Amino acid sequence: MDLLNLGIKSIFIENMVFAYFLGMCSFLAVSKKVSTAFGLGLAVVFVLGITVPINWLLNEYVLKAGALTWLGADFASIDLTFLRFIMFIAIIAAMVQLVEMTIEKFSPSLYGSLGIFLPLIAVNCAILGSSLFMAQRDYTLAEASVFGFSSGIGFFLAIIALAAIREKLRYSQVPDPLKGLGITMFITGLMGIAFMSFMGISL
Amino acid sequence: MSTETLEAPVKEKEGLLSKRRKKFVTDPLNDDNPITIQVLGICSALAVTTQMKPTLVMALSVIFVMIFSNLAISLLRNAIPTRVRIIVQLAIVATLVTLVNEVLKAYAFDMYKELSVFIGLIITNCIVMGRLEAFALGNKPYDSVLDGLGSGLGYSWIILLVAFFREIWGSGKVFGYPVFEAIGIENFATNGLMVSPVGAFIVLGFIIWIQRSKTGYVEH
Repeated sequence: MDLLNLGIKSIFIENMVFAYFLGMCSFLAVSKKVSTAFGLGLAVVFVLGITVPINWLLNEYVLKAGALTWLGADFASIDLTFLRFIMFIAIIAAMVQLVEMTIEKFSPSLYGSLGIFLPLIAVNCAILGSSLFMAQRDYTLAEASVFGFSSGIGFFLAIIALAAIREKLRYSQVPDPLKGLGITMFITGLMGIAFMSFMGISL
Repeated sequence: MSTETLEAPVKEKEGLLSKRRKKFVTDPLNDDNPITIQVLGICSALAVTTQMKPTLVMALSVIFVMIFSNLAISLLRNAIPTRVRIIVQLAIVATLVTLVNEVLKAYAFDMYKELSVFIGLIITNCIVMGRLEAFALGNKPYDSVLDGLGSGLGYSWIILLVAFFREIWGSGKVFGYPVFEAIGIENFATNGLMVSPVGAFIVLGFIIWIQRSKTGYVEH
């Protein structure tokens, strides 16, 4: 039950985009059409669902203070926390590459639709952000997996919703200087207000 | 978004701050601002800007990382194979960010707690990666340092402006100093929306609107 609560919380209440502003760059850049937004969203769910648990393992058994105890008592005092950034980003980049190769091999059609988005994901802050939050909040492995996956779903929903609004927006008259990024900022703000209504829900 | 690589012919004995080089620093401040024109680095621009103080620390950290990662990549630009350049860039940026993180942890622990994961997220800040890709990979070290400085400053003044409005409307303070009480206005009605993430989107939306009406930049 706790896991379900965590899942719902990370999709709606603590949405990656609206509560933490993570992944904004790709959120703004790739939300002009629903179909491309769908591809990117799917890729994010995929990569987040894989990298967060893997980074959890890495953090638990290598990086955390005293994590190396399993190697022997001499290693108990070692604290490699400062290596967190570089290791997490390396895992993410490697996983993205691996996922890309796997998809290319087994599902060329999915690869065709995700294609260019996969490499972009390595530098999407939602991915690194989730791993860092996971490390900071001391989740268990099950919690980390649920958190990673549902954060991805949250991003997926947000980017599809924004893309749908922007498609409609093409037929409205926006003042010239506000076109593009400006109006998108306001829309995102208003969507954020809508998502704030979930905040009171206690799970 | 302008991502073209600037490679103007360098004359012999060019001054340290010639006109061409001054442009590297001044262009990103307004006409080619990383946040409002190039749409890079929005994440951190919004996340840390509820107060001026953490924003200033964030701005300084980004300027530091920008300058030194640009320098390092520019020095290595002929040695990096194109296929693995992303991972090389990430490794260099991550090292610099770790440095910033450790320094903050040692000398400003409160600030470190407050900024939490957002210092780490400088690694994936698109401004850093974007400038490395678009500029440092094709230009000389000194020019790259100036470009890093310019982009860093362009980023800084926008996030400081956002933070100024969010802090003064959200909590009636500037750098934690209660300005309204100081000039005799008691019970200034603060706006909770400004402290929440939503305020950041709205404030940045207005800044973009005003700036683009001035520069006349229109997105198609």
